[in-house]
Amino acid sequence: MHEYGVVAEGLAKRFGKTIALDSVGLAIPRGQILGLLGPNGAGKTTLIRILVTLLRCDRGHARVAGFDVACQPVQVRRRIALSGQHTSVDEELTGLANLVMIGQLLDLPRRQATQRGTELLTRFGLQDAAGRPVAGYSGGMRRRLDLAASLVGHPEVLFLDEPSAGLDPGKREEPWRMIRGLTADGVTVLLTTQYLEEADTLADAITVIDNGQVVAAGTPAELKRQVGGHTVAVRLNDPADTGSAAAILTAVAGRRPQTSTRNELVVPVTGDDDLFEITTRLRERGVGVTELSLRLPSLDEVFLALTGTPTTTTGPTKAA
Amino acid sequence: MMPAHARPLGWLRHSLVLARRSMAKTRRNPGAVVNGVITPALFLVLFLYLFGGSVAGSTTGYLQYLFPGIVVMGAGLAGLVSTGTTINLDLKSGVTDRFRSLPISRIAPLLGSVLADIIRYLLAVGILFGIGILLGFRVHGGATATLAAAGLAVLFGFCLSWVTVLIGVLVRDANAVLAFSFITFLPLQLGTSLAAPTVTFPGWLRGWADLNPVSHVMDACRALLNGTPVTDTVASTLIWCALLFVVFCPLAVRAYGRQQ
Repeated sequence: MHEYGVVAEGLAKRFGKTIALDSVGLAIPRGQILGLLGPNGAGKTTLIRILVTLLRCDRGHARVAGFDVACQPVQVRRRIALSGQHTSVDEELTGLANLVMIGQLLDLPRRQATQRGTELLTRFGLQDAAGRPVAGYSGGMRRRLDLAASLVGHPEVLFLDEPSAGLDPGKREEPWRMIRGLTADGVTVLLTTQYLEEADTLADAITVIDNGQVVAAGTPAELKRQVGGHTVAVRLNDPADTGSAAAILTAVAGRRPQTSTRNELVVPVTGDDDLFEITTRLRERGVGVTELSLRLPSLDEVFLALTGTPTTTTGPTKAA
Repeated sequence: MMPAHARPLGWLRHSLVLARRSMAKTRRNPGAVVNGVITPALFLVLFLYLFGGSVAGSTTGYLQYLFPGIVVMGAGLAGLVSTGTTINLDLKSGVTDRFRSLPISRIAPLLGSVLADIIRYLLAVGILFGIGILLGFRVHGGATATLAAAGLAVLFGFCLSWVTVLIGVLVRDANAVLAFSFITFLPLQLGTSLAAPTVTFPGWLRGWADLNPVSHVMDACRALLNGTPVTDTVASTLIWCALLFVVFCPLAVRAYGRQQ
Protein backbone atom coordinates (compact mmCIF):
# COMPACT_ATOMS: atom_id res chain seq x y z
CA MET A 1 0.00 0.00 0.00
CA HIS A 2 1.30 3.44 -0.86
CA GLU A 3 2.32 5.64 1.99
CA TYR A 4 1.30 8.96 0.45
CA GLY A 5 -2.06 10.02 -0.93
CA VAL A 6 -0.38 12.65 -3.07
CA VAL A 7 3.26 13.15 -4.01
CA ALA A 8 4.32 15.78 -6.50
CA GLU A 9 7.77 16.81 -7.58
CA GLY A 10 8.99 19.68 -9.71
CA LEU A 11 5.61 20.41 -11.31
CA ALA A 12 5.78 23.21 -13.84
CA LYS A 13 3.13 24.68 -16.11
CA ARG A 14 3.19 27.68 -18.35
CA PHE A 15 0.32 29.33 -20.20
CA GLY A 16 1.78 31.35 -23.03
CA LYS A 17 4.18 33.73 -21.32
CA THR A 18 2.67 33.36 -17.86
CA ILE A 19 4.36 30.87 -15.58
CA ALA A 20 1.53 29.37 -13.55
CA LEU A 21 3.67 26.81 -11.73
CA ASP A 22 7.41 26.88 -11.41
CA SER A 23 8.66 23.64 -9.89
CA VAL A 24 6.17 22.86 -7.15
CA GLY A 25 6.52 19.84 -4.90
CA LEU A 26 4.43 18.51 -2.04
CA ALA A 27 3.60 15.28 -0.22
CA ILE A 28 0.51 14.33 1.76
CA PRO A 29 0.63 11.19 3.91
CA ARG A 30 -2.45 9.00 3.61
CA GLY A 31 -5.39 10.16 5.69
CA GLN A 32 -4.04 13.65 6.27
CA ILE A 33 -5.25 17.08 5.20
CA LEU A 34 -2.89 19.44 3.42
CA GLY A 35 -3.89 23.08 3.18
CA LEU A 36 -2.62 24.78 0.05
CA LEU A 37 -2.51 28.45 0.80
CA GLY A 38 -1.93 31.33 -1.55
CA PRO A 39 -3.45 34.46 -3.03
CA ASN A 40 -5.46 34.55 -6.25
CA GLY A 41 -3.29 33.70 -9.21
CA ALA A 42 -0.68 31.92 -7.08
CA GLY A 43 -1.16 28.68 -9.02
CA LYS A 44 -3.40 26.77 -6.61
CA THR A 45 -6.08 25.90 -9.15
CA THR A 46 -3.51 24.99 -11.81
CA LEU A 47 -1.84 22.62 -9.36
CA ILE A 48 -5.16 20.97 -8.49
CA ARG A 49 -6.12 20.60 -12.15
CA ILE A 50 -2.85 18.83 -12.86
CA LEU A 51 -3.32 16.48 -9.90
CA VAL A 52 -6.90 15.57 -10.92
CA THR A 53 -5.76 14.84 -14.53
CA LEU A 54 -7.64 17.76 -16.07
CA LEU A 55 -4.44 19.44 -17.15
CA ARG A 56 -1.05 18.11 -18.23
CA CYS A 57 2.05 19.57 -16.64
CA ASP A 58 4.99 20.70 -18.75
CA ARG A 59 7.61 19.25 -16.38
CA GLY A 60 7.77 17.22 -13.19
CA HIS A 61 5.64 14.28 -12.10
CA ALA A 62 2.98 13.44 -9.58
CA ARG A 63 1.42 10.32 -8.11
CA VAL A 64 -2.06 10.37 -6.69
CA ALA A 65 -3.37 7.36 -4.73
CA GLY A 66 -0.25 5.55 -5.94
CA PHE A 67 -0.76 6.16 -9.67
CA ASP A 68 1.01 8.52 -12.03
CA VAL A 69 -1.30 11.36 -13.12
CA ALA A 70 0.22 11.59 -16.58
CA CYS A 71 0.56 7.87 -17.44
CA GLN A 72 -2.35 6.34 -15.50
CA PRO A 73 -5.09 8.99 -15.54
CA VAL A 74 -7.92 6.44 -15.55
CA GLN A 75 -6.64 4.68 -12.41
CA VAL A 76 -6.23 8.07 -10.77
CA ARG A 77 -9.78 9.15 -11.71
CA ARG A 78 -11.14 5.97 -10.16
CA ARG A 79 -9.72 6.96 -6.80
CA ILE A 80 -10.17 10.69 -6.57
CA ALA A 81 -12.91 13.26 -6.39
CA LEU A 82 -12.94 16.95 -7.06
CA SER A 83 -15.08 19.54 -5.41
CA GLY A 84 -14.63 22.68 -7.39
CA GLN A 85 -14.27 26.33 -6.63
CA HIS A 86 -17.45 26.97 -8.52
CA THR A 87 -20.19 24.64 -7.48
CA SER A 88 -20.12 21.72 -9.88
CA VAL A 89 -23.57 20.28 -9.37
CA ASP A 90 -26.36 20.53 -11.91
CA GLU A 91 -28.65 23.44 -11.06
CA GLU A 92 -31.69 22.07 -12.83
CA LEU A 93 -31.62 18.58 -11.32
CA THR A 94 -32.75 17.77 -7.81
CA GLY A 95 -30.19 17.12 -5.10
CA LEU A 96 -30.86 13.38 -5.19
CA ALA A 97 -30.82 13.21 -9.01
CA ASN A 98 -27.38 14.81 -8.99
CA LEU A 99 -25.98 12.17 -6.66
CA VAL A 100 -27.71 9.27 -8.43
CA MET A 101 -26.28 10.46 -11.74
CA ILE A 102 -22.74 10.51 -10.34
CA GLY A 103 -23.30 7.08 -8.80
CA GLN A 104 -24.41 5.66 -12.14
CA LEU A 105 -21.44 7.25 -13.90
CA LEU A 106 -19.34 5.37 -11.35
CA ASP A 107 -21.04 2.13 -12.47
CA LEU A 108 -23.28 1.69 -9.47
CA PRO A 109 -26.60 0.06 -10.37
CA ARG A 110 -29.49 2.49 -10.12
CA ARG A 111 -30.85 1.10 -6.86
CA GLN A 112 -27.48 1.23 -5.16
CA ALA A 113 -26.83 4.71 -6.53
CA THR A 114 -30.13 5.90 -5.05
CA GLN A 115 -29.28 4.27 -1.73
CA ARG A 116 -25.84 5.85 -1.62
CA GLY A 117 -27.29 9.24 -2.64
CA THR A 118 -29.93 9.14 0.07
CA GLU A 119 -27.36 8.10 2.65
CA LEU A 120 -25.08 11.02 1.73
CA LEU A 121 -27.93 13.55 1.67
CA THR A 122 -28.87 12.47 5.19
CA ARG A 123 -25.28 12.68 6.34
CA PHE A 124 -25.01 16.24 5.00
CA GLY A 125 -28.35 17.32 6.41
CA LEU A 126 -29.99 17.70 3.01
CA GLN A 127 -32.61 14.93 3.22
CA ASP A 128 -35.46 17.44 3.30
CA ALA A 129 -34.22 19.14 0.12
CA ALA A 130 -33.51 15.87 -1.74
CA GLY A 131 -36.41 16.29 -4.18
CA ARG A 132 -35.93 19.98 -4.89
CA PRO A 133 -33.95 21.39 -7.83
CA VAL A 134 -30.53 22.65 -6.77
CA ALA A 135 -31.30 26.08 -8.25
CA GLY A 136 -33.35 26.79 -5.11
CA TYR A 137 -30.59 25.76 -2.67
CA SER A 138 -28.72 28.28 -0.55
CA GLY A 139 -24.97 28.75 -1.00
CA GLY A 140 -24.21 26.59 2.00
CA MET A 141 -26.55 23.81 0.86
CA ARG A 142 -24.95 23.76 -2.58
CA ARG A 143 -21.53 23.51 -1.02
CA ARG A 144 -22.66 20.56 1.06
CA LEU A 145 -24.26 18.87 -1.94
CA ASP A 146 -21.09 19.42 -3.91
CA LEU A 147 -19.09 17.78 -1.17
CA ALA A 148 -21.61 14.93 -1.01
CA ALA A 149 -21.33 14.48 -4.79
CA SER A 150 -17.58 14.12 -4.50
CA LEU A 151 -17.97 11.34 -1.92
CA VAL A 152 -20.34 9.10 -3.89
CA GLY A 153 -17.48 6.92 -5.16
CA HIS A 154 -15.66 6.59 -1.81
CA PRO A 155 -12.58 8.46 -3.06
CA GLU A 156 -9.16 7.78 -1.57
CA VAL A 157 -8.02 11.30 -2.28
CA LEU A 158 -10.27 14.32 -2.24
CA PHE A 159 -9.41 17.66 -3.82
CA LEU A 160 -11.29 20.65 -2.49
CA ASP A 161 -10.76 23.88 -4.34
CA GLU A 162 -11.66 26.71 -1.94
CA PRO A 163 -14.43 24.82 -0.14
CA SER A 164 -15.67 27.89 1.70
CA ALA A 165 -15.17 30.57 -0.95
CA GLY A 166 -18.25 32.75 -1.19
CA LEU A 167 -19.67 31.59 2.13
CA ASP A 168 -20.27 33.97 5.01
CA PRO A 169 -17.63 33.56 7.71
CA GLY A 170 -20.30 32.14 10.01
CA LYS A 171 -21.23 29.47 7.46
CA ARG A 172 -17.71 28.10 7.08
CA GLU A 173 -17.96 25.98 10.18
CA GLU A 174 -20.39 23.70 8.38
CA PRO A 175 -18.17 22.45 5.54
CA TRP A 176 -15.24 22.36 7.95
CA ARG A 177 -17.01 19.90 10.21
CA MET A 178 -17.81 17.68 7.23
CA ILE A 179 -14.25 17.76 5.92
CA ARG A 180 -12.80 16.90 9.30
CA GLY A 181 -15.15 13.93 9.48
CA LEU A 182 -13.71 12.52 6.24
CA THR A 183 -10.18 11.94 7.39
CA ALA A 184 -11.57 9.67 10.08
CA ASP A 185 -12.36 7.33 7.15
CA GLY A 186 -8.77 7.49 5.94
CA VAL A 187 -9.41 9.91 3.08
CA THR A 188 -6.47 12.07 2.04
CA VAL A 189 -7.52 15.68 1.46
CA LEU A 190 -5.86 18.50 -0.43
CA LEU A 191 -7.70 21.73 0.10
CA THR A 192 -6.86 25.12 -1.32
CA THR A 193 -7.82 28.24 0.51
CA GLN A 194 -7.17 31.92 0.76
CA TYR A 195 -8.02 31.92 4.44
CA LEU A 196 -5.26 31.19 6.88
CA GLU A 197 -7.89 30.46 9.46
CA GLU A 198 -9.35 27.71 7.32
CA ALA A 199 -6.00 26.06 6.75
CA ASP A 200 -5.21 26.47 10.43
CA THR A 201 -8.45 24.82 11.55
CA LEU A 202 -8.41 21.91 9.16
CA ALA A 203 -4.96 21.09 7.93
CA ASP A 204 -2.34 18.75 9.35
CA ALA A 205 0.20 20.57 7.21
CA ILE A 206 0.23 23.73 5.13
CA THR A 207 2.03 24.56 1.91
CA VAL A 208 2.11 28.19 0.93
CA ILE A 209 2.58 29.02 -2.72
CA ASP A 210 2.99 32.34 -4.43
CA ASN A 211 3.83 33.11 -8.03
CA GLY A 212 3.89 29.41 -8.82
CA GLN A 213 6.47 28.56 -6.18
CA VAL A 214 6.38 27.00 -2.73
CA VAL A 215 7.36 29.76 -0.31
CA ALA A 216 6.76 27.84 2.91
CA ALA A 217 5.70 24.42 4.10
CA GLY A 218 5.12 22.96 7.52
CA THR A 219 2.58 22.35 10.24
CA PRO A 220 0.32 25.27 11.16
CA ALA A 221 2.25 25.70 14.41
CA GLU A 222 5.58 25.84 12.60
CA LEU A 223 4.30 28.44 10.17
CA LYS A 224 2.84 30.53 12.93
CA ARG A 225 6.13 30.57 14.71
CA GLN A 226 7.66 31.97 11.54
CA VAL A 227 4.94 34.56 11.24
CA GLY A 228 4.79 35.59 14.86
CA GLY A 229 1.45 34.16 15.92
CA HIS A 230 -1.34 36.31 17.24
CA THR A 231 -1.66 39.97 17.95
CA VAL A 232 -3.26 41.33 21.10
CA ALA A 233 -4.96 44.72 20.91
CA VAL A 234 -6.03 46.54 24.07
CA ARG A 235 -8.09 49.72 24.17
CA LEU A 236 -8.09 51.54 27.48
CA ASN A 237 -10.89 53.21 29.38
CA ASP A 238 -8.62 55.91 30.64
CA PRO A 239 -5.64 57.22 28.63
CA ALA A 240 -3.87 57.83 31.94
CA ASP A 241 -3.37 54.06 32.25
CA THR A 242 -1.30 53.87 29.05
CA GLY A 243 1.99 53.69 30.94
CA SER A 244 1.07 50.77 33.18
CA ALA A 245 -0.72 48.89 30.41
CA ALA A 246 2.32 49.22 28.15
CA ALA A 247 4.51 47.91 30.93
CA ILE A 248 2.29 44.81 31.34
CA LEU A 249 2.25 44.10 27.60
CA THR A 250 6.01 44.52 27.35
CA ALA A 251 6.55 42.18 30.27
CA VAL A 252 4.32 39.42 28.88
CA ALA A 253 4.96 39.68 25.13
CA GLY A 254 8.64 40.44 25.41
CA ARG A 255 8.46 43.48 23.19
CA ARG A 256 7.13 47.00 23.43
CA PRO A 257 3.56 47.52 22.18
CA GLN A 258 2.76 49.98 19.46
CA THR A 259 0.30 52.72 20.26
CA SER A 260 -2.21 53.15 17.53
CA THR A 261 -5.02 55.68 17.38
CA ARG A 262 -7.62 56.04 20.10
CA ASN A 263 -5.71 54.66 23.05
CA GLU A 264 -5.14 51.28 21.47
CA LEU A 265 -2.04 49.28 22.26
CA VAL A 266 -1.05 46.50 19.87
CA VAL A 267 1.57 43.82 20.42
CA PRO A 268 2.33 40.46 18.74
CA VAL A 269 2.30 37.48 21.11
CA THR A 270 3.70 33.98 20.66
CA GLY A 271 2.66 31.92 23.68
CA ASP A 272 -0.80 30.34 23.92
CA ASP A 273 -1.31 31.69 27.44
CA ASP A 274 -0.13 35.24 26.77
CA LEU A 275 -3.63 36.63 26.40
CA PHE A 276 -4.75 35.17 29.73
CA GLU A 277 -1.60 36.43 31.40
CA ILE A 278 -2.26 39.92 30.04
CA THR A 279 -5.90 40.00 31.17
CA THR A 280 -4.96 38.73 34.63
CA ARG A 281 -2.30 41.36 35.10
CA LEU A 282 -4.55 44.15 33.79
CA ARG A 283 -7.12 43.16 36.36
CA GLU A 284 -4.58 43.00 39.19
CA ARG A 285 -3.50 46.55 38.38
CA GLY A 286 -7.09 47.72 37.99
CA VAL A 287 -6.58 48.91 34.43
CA GLY A 288 -9.99 49.45 32.79
CA VAL A 289 -10.38 48.09 29.27
CA THR A 290 -13.10 48.92 26.72
CA GLU A 291 -11.94 46.51 24.06
CA LEU A 292 -9.59 43.56 24.08
CA SER A 293 -8.97 41.36 21.07
CA LEU A 294 -6.80 38.51 19.91
CA ARG A 295 -6.20 38.53 16.17
CA LEU A 296 -4.75 35.86 13.93
CA PRO A 297 -2.22 37.12 11.46
CA SER A 298 -3.97 37.82 8.17
CA LEU A 299 -2.90 36.13 4.97
CA ASP A 300 -1.18 39.35 3.98
CA GLU A 301 0.82 39.29 7.18
CA VAL A 302 1.77 35.68 6.55
CA PHE A 303 3.04 36.58 3.13
CA LEU A 304 4.80 39.63 4.39
CA ALA A 305 6.58 37.48 6.91
CA LEU A 306 7.27 34.56 4.56
CA THR A 307 8.27 36.37 1.42
CA GLY A 308 9.32 39.76 2.70
CA THR A 309 7.08 41.42 0.13
CA PRO A 310 3.44 42.36 0.45
CA THR A 311 1.17 40.32 -1.77
CA THR A 312 -0.71 41.68 -4.72
CA THR A 313 -3.68 39.48 -4.01
CA THR A 314 -5.88 40.61 -6.84
CA GLY A 315 -3.45 41.79 -9.48
CA PRO A 316 -2.63 39.80 -12.63
CA THR A 317 -0.16 36.96 -12.24
CA LYS A 318 3.31 38.30 -12.29
CA ALA A 319 5.56 36.89 -14.96
CA ALA A 320 8.40 35.21 -13.11
CA MET B 1 -15.56 0.41 -2.49
CA MET B 2 -15.02 1.22 -6.13
CA PRO B 3 -17.18 -0.99 -8.31
CA ALA B 4 -15.82 -3.29 -10.98
CA HIS B 5 -13.20 -2.26 -13.49
CA ALA B 6 -14.32 -0.87 -16.83
CA ARG B 7 -17.27 -3.03 -17.75
CA PRO B 8 -17.95 -3.49 -21.46
CA LEU B 9 -19.91 -0.74 -23.22
CA GLY B 10 -19.23 1.68 -20.39
CA TRP B 11 -19.16 4.59 -22.80
CA LEU B 12 -22.66 3.78 -24.02
CA ARG B 13 -24.09 3.23 -20.53
CA HIS B 14 -22.55 6.48 -19.28
CA SER B 15 -23.84 8.31 -22.35
CA LEU B 16 -27.34 7.06 -21.60
CA VAL B 17 -27.08 8.21 -17.97
CA LEU B 18 -26.09 11.65 -19.21
CA ALA B 19 -28.81 11.60 -21.86
CA ARG B 20 -31.34 11.04 -19.06
CA ARG B 21 -29.89 14.06 -17.30
CA SER B 22 -30.38 16.11 -20.43
CA MET B 23 -33.96 14.88 -20.83
CA ALA B 24 -34.74 15.71 -17.21
CA LYS B 25 -33.64 19.24 -18.03
CA THR B 26 -35.87 19.32 -21.10
CA ARG B 27 -38.86 18.29 -19.01
CA ARG B 28 -38.18 21.21 -16.73
CA ASN B 29 -37.38 23.59 -19.52
CA PRO B 30 -38.93 22.47 -22.81
CA GLY B 31 -37.56 25.45 -24.77
CA ALA B 32 -35.53 23.41 -27.24
CA VAL B 33 -38.49 21.28 -28.31
CA VAL B 34 -40.76 24.31 -28.49
CA ASN B 35 -38.18 26.05 -30.65
CA GLY B 36 -37.92 23.02 -32.92
CA VAL B 37 -41.71 23.13 -33.37
CA ILE B 38 -42.75 26.77 -33.28
CA THR B 39 -40.30 28.15 -35.84
CA PRO B 40 -41.01 25.52 -38.52
CA ALA B 41 -44.75 25.64 -37.78
CA LEU B 42 -44.72 29.42 -38.28
CA PHE B 43 -42.90 29.07 -41.59
CA LEU B 44 -45.33 26.34 -42.59
CA VAL B 45 -48.41 28.48 -42.00
CA LEU B 46 -46.77 31.61 -43.40
CA PHE B 47 -45.52 30.08 -46.66
CA LEU B 48 -48.60 27.95 -47.10
CA TYR B 49 -51.12 30.77 -47.07
CA LEU B 50 -48.91 33.53 -48.50
CA PHE B 51 -47.44 31.69 -51.46
CA GLY B 52 -49.54 28.54 -51.80
CA GLY B 53 -51.88 30.05 -54.32
CA SER B 54 -49.22 31.54 -56.58
CA VAL B 55 -46.59 28.80 -56.35
CA ALA B 56 -48.77 25.71 -56.69
CA GLY B 57 -52.16 27.07 -57.66
CA SER B 58 -53.76 25.91 -54.41
CA THR B 59 -52.78 25.62 -50.75
CA THR B 60 -53.68 21.92 -50.76
CA GLY B 61 -51.23 21.12 -53.51
CA TYR B 62 -48.56 23.38 -51.99
CA LEU B 63 -48.88 21.74 -48.57
CA GLN B 64 -47.82 18.42 -50.14
CA TYR B 65 -44.69 20.13 -51.45
CA LEU B 66 -43.89 22.33 -48.45
CA PHE B 67 -44.56 20.07 -45.47
CA PRO B 68 -41.71 17.51 -45.83
CA GLY B 69 -39.14 20.33 -45.89
CA ILE B 70 -40.68 21.82 -42.75
CA VAL B 71 -40.20 18.50 -40.92
CA VAL B 72 -36.50 18.53 -41.84
CA MET B 73 -36.23 22.12 -40.65
CA GLY B 74 -37.77 21.08 -37.33
CA ALA B 75 -35.27 18.30 -36.77
CA GLY B 76 -32.38 20.55 -37.69
CA LEU B 77 -33.49 23.41 -35.48
CA ALA B 78 -34.18 21.37 -32.37
CA GLY B 79 -30.54 20.32 -32.34
CA LEU B 80 -29.07 23.56 -33.57
CA VAL B 81 -30.17 25.53 -30.56
CA SER B 82 -30.05 22.95 -27.81
CA THR B 83 -26.92 20.79 -27.85
CA GLY B 84 -24.32 23.46 -28.49
CA THR B 85 -25.75 25.79 -25.89
CA THR B 86 -26.13 23.10 -23.24
CA ILE B 87 -22.56 21.92 -23.64
CA ASN B 88 -21.29 25.47 -23.64
CA LEU B 89 -23.10 26.21 -20.38
CA ASP B 90 -21.84 22.94 -18.85
CA LEU B 91 -18.27 23.84 -19.71
CA LYS B 92 -18.57 27.14 -17.93
CA SER B 93 -20.16 25.76 -14.80
CA GLY B 94 -18.07 23.26 -12.88
CA VAL B 95 -20.14 20.27 -14.02
CA THR B 96 -17.81 19.44 -16.89
CA ASP B 97 -14.78 19.40 -14.60
CA ARG B 98 -16.56 16.89 -12.43
CA PHE B 99 -17.43 14.73 -15.46
CA ARG B 100 -13.87 14.88 -16.70
CA SER B 101 -12.43 13.91 -13.35
CA LEU B 102 -14.70 10.83 -13.31
CA PRO B 103 -13.47 7.56 -14.81
CA ILE B 104 -15.82 7.82 -17.81
CA SER B 105 -15.13 8.02 -21.53
CA ARG B 106 -14.55 11.52 -22.86
CA ILE B 107 -17.22 11.00 -25.48
CA ALA B 108 -19.95 10.22 -22.93
CA PRO B 109 -20.99 13.78 -21.98
CA LEU B 110 -21.17 14.81 -25.65
CA LEU B 111 -22.88 11.67 -26.88
CA GLY B 112 -25.31 11.83 -23.97
CA SER B 113 -26.34 15.32 -24.93
CA VAL B 114 -26.75 14.41 -28.60
CA LEU B 115 -28.70 11.23 -27.77
CA ALA B 116 -31.13 13.28 -25.71
CA ASP B 117 -31.47 15.50 -28.75
CA ILE B 118 -32.72 12.54 -30.78
CA ILE B 119 -35.65 12.28 -28.40
CA ARG B 120 -36.21 15.99 -28.85
CA TYR B 121 -36.17 15.62 -32.66
CA LEU B 122 -38.61 12.75 -32.47
CA LEU B 123 -40.91 14.90 -30.35
CA ALA B 124 -40.55 17.88 -32.68
CA VAL B 125 -41.08 15.75 -35.78
CA GLY B 126 -44.09 14.01 -34.19
CA ILE B 127 -45.76 17.28 -33.26
CA LEU B 128 -45.06 18.73 -36.71
CA PHE B 129 -46.68 15.71 -38.35
CA GLY B 130 -49.74 16.33 -36.18
CA ILE B 131 -49.90 19.97 -37.30
CA GLY B 132 -49.38 19.00 -40.94
CA ILE B 133 -52.17 16.44 -40.89
CA LEU B 134 -54.49 18.94 -39.22
CA LEU B 135 -53.76 21.39 -42.03
CA GLY B 136 -54.62 18.72 -44.58
CA PHE B 137 -51.32 17.01 -45.42
CA ARG B 138 -51.77 13.44 -46.66
CA VAL B 139 -49.07 10.80 -46.79
CA HIS B 140 -48.99 8.98 -50.12
CA GLY B 141 -45.88 6.93 -49.62
CA GLY B 142 -47.04 4.27 -47.16
CA ALA B 143 -46.05 3.56 -43.56
CA THR B 144 -42.52 2.35 -44.30
CA ALA B 145 -41.76 5.38 -46.41
CA THR B 146 -43.16 7.67 -43.71
CA LEU B 147 -40.95 6.09 -41.07
CA ALA B 148 -38.01 6.32 -43.45
CA ALA B 149 -38.68 10.02 -44.03
CA ALA B 150 -38.94 10.74 -40.30
CA GLY B 151 -35.83 8.61 -39.72
CA LEU B 152 -33.85 10.54 -42.34
CA ALA B 153 -34.85 13.87 -40.82
CA VAL B 154 -33.83 12.72 -37.33
CA LEU B 155 -30.60 11.13 -38.58
CA PHE B 156 -29.68 14.35 -40.33
CA GLY B 157 -30.47 16.35 -37.19
CA PHE B 158 -28.22 13.97 -35.19
CA CYS B 159 -25.31 14.38 -37.59
CA LEU B 160 -25.75 18.14 -37.83
CA SER B 161 -25.71 18.33 -34.01
CA TRP B 162 -22.01 17.49 -33.98
CA VAL B 163 -21.30 20.76 -35.79
CA THR B 164 -23.00 22.71 -33.00
CA VAL B 165 -21.32 20.52 -30.39
CA LEU B 166 -17.95 21.52 -31.82
CA ILE B 167 -18.96 25.18 -31.80
CA GLY B 168 -20.35 24.85 -28.28
CA VAL B 169 -17.00 23.49 -27.10
CA LEU B 170 -14.89 26.06 -28.93
CA VAL B 171 -16.63 29.39 -28.32
CA ARG B 172 -16.70 31.19 -24.99
CA ASP B 173 -20.20 32.46 -24.92
CA ALA B 174 -23.52 30.66 -25.08
CA ASN B 175 -24.94 33.65 -26.93
CA ALA B 176 -22.34 33.15 -29.64
CA VAL B 177 -23.65 29.61 -30.13
CA LEU B 178 -27.14 31.00 -30.55
CA ALA B 179 -25.89 33.74 -32.87
CA PHE B 180 -24.24 31.10 -35.02
CA SER B 181 -27.41 29.11 -35.33
CA PHE B 182 -29.30 32.21 -36.40
CA ILE B 183 -26.65 33.25 -38.92
CA THR B 184 -26.61 29.81 -40.49
CA PHE B 185 -30.38 29.47 -40.35
CA LEU B 186 -31.04 31.57 -43.42
CA PRO B 187 -28.64 30.01 -45.93
CA LEU B 188 -28.81 26.51 -44.46
CA GLN B 189 -32.54 26.11 -43.87
CA LEU B 190 -34.11 28.60 -46.29
CA GLY B 191 -31.53 28.50 -49.09
CA THR B 192 -32.97 25.11 -50.03
CA SER B 193 -35.76 23.49 -51.98
CA LEU B 194 -37.98 24.11 -48.92
CA ALA B 195 -40.44 26.55 -50.46
CA ALA B 196 -39.98 26.02 -54.18
CA PRO B 197 -38.08 23.70 -56.55
CA THR B 198 -34.51 24.91 -57.06
CA VAL B 199 -34.98 25.03 -60.88
CA THR B 200 -36.99 28.23 -60.37
CA PHE B 201 -34.08 29.98 -58.53
CA PRO B 202 -31.60 32.43 -60.09
CA GLY B 203 -28.31 30.74 -60.97
CA TRP B 204 -26.25 31.69 -57.88
CA LEU B 205 -28.95 30.62 -55.46
CA ARG B 206 -29.66 27.48 -57.38
CA GLY B 207 -25.95 26.60 -57.25
CA TRP B 208 -26.00 26.91 -53.47
CA ALA B 209 -29.35 25.23 -52.91
CA ASP B 210 -28.37 22.24 -55.04
CA LEU B 211 -25.15 21.89 -53.07
CA ASN B 212 -26.77 22.44 -49.66
CA PRO B 213 -27.13 19.09 -47.86
CA VAL B 214 -30.39 20.29 -46.29
CA SER B 215 -31.93 20.42 -49.81
CA HIS B 216 -31.04 16.78 -50.34
CA VAL B 217 -32.70 15.74 -47.07
CA MET B 218 -35.79 17.80 -47.90
CA ASP B 219 -35.98 16.31 -51.43
CA ALA B 220 -35.62 12.80 -50.04
CA CYS B 221 -38.34 13.31 -47.43
CA ARG B 222 -40.62 14.93 -49.99
CA ALA B 223 -40.26 12.03 -52.38
CA LEU B 224 -40.77 9.45 -49.64
CA LEU B 225 -43.86 11.12 -48.17
CA ASN B 226 -45.48 11.86 -51.53
CA GLY B 227 -44.70 8.44 -52.96
CA THR B 228 -42.74 9.88 -55.88
CA PRO B 229 -39.42 8.38 -57.09
CA VAL B 230 -36.64 9.09 -54.59
CA THR B 231 -33.92 8.91 -57.29
CA ASP B 232 -30.53 9.56 -55.67
CA THR B 233 -31.81 11.87 -52.91
CA VAL B 234 -31.77 9.25 -50.15
CA ALA B 235 -28.28 8.12 -51.06
CA SER B 236 -26.91 11.66 -51.11
CA THR B 237 -28.61 12.38 -47.76
CA LEU B 238 -26.94 9.35 -46.22
CA ILE B 239 -23.58 10.35 -47.67
CA TRP B 240 -23.95 13.86 -46.24
CA CYS B 241 -24.95 12.48 -42.85
CA ALA B 242 -21.91 10.19 -42.80
CA LEU B 243 -19.64 13.05 -43.85
CA LEU B 244 -20.91 15.41 -41.16
CA PHE B 245 -20.61 12.73 -38.52
CA VAL B 246 -17.18 11.45 -39.51
CA VAL B 247 -15.70 14.94 -39.69
CA PHE B 248 -17.35 16.77 -36.80
CA CYS B 249 -17.80 14.07 -34.17
CA PRO B 250 -14.05 13.36 -33.77
CA LEU B 251 -13.24 17.08 -33.95
CA ALA B 252 -15.77 17.83 -31.20
CA VAL B 253 -14.54 15.01 -28.95
CA ARG B 254 -10.95 16.09 -29.42
CA ALA B 255 -11.72 19.73 -28.69
CA TYR B 256 -13.71 18.68 -25.62
CA GLY B 257 -10.83 16.56 -24.34
CA ARG B 258 -8.44 19.45 -24.72
CA GLN B 259 -10.64 22.25 -23.50
CA GLN B 260 -9.42 23.70 -20.20
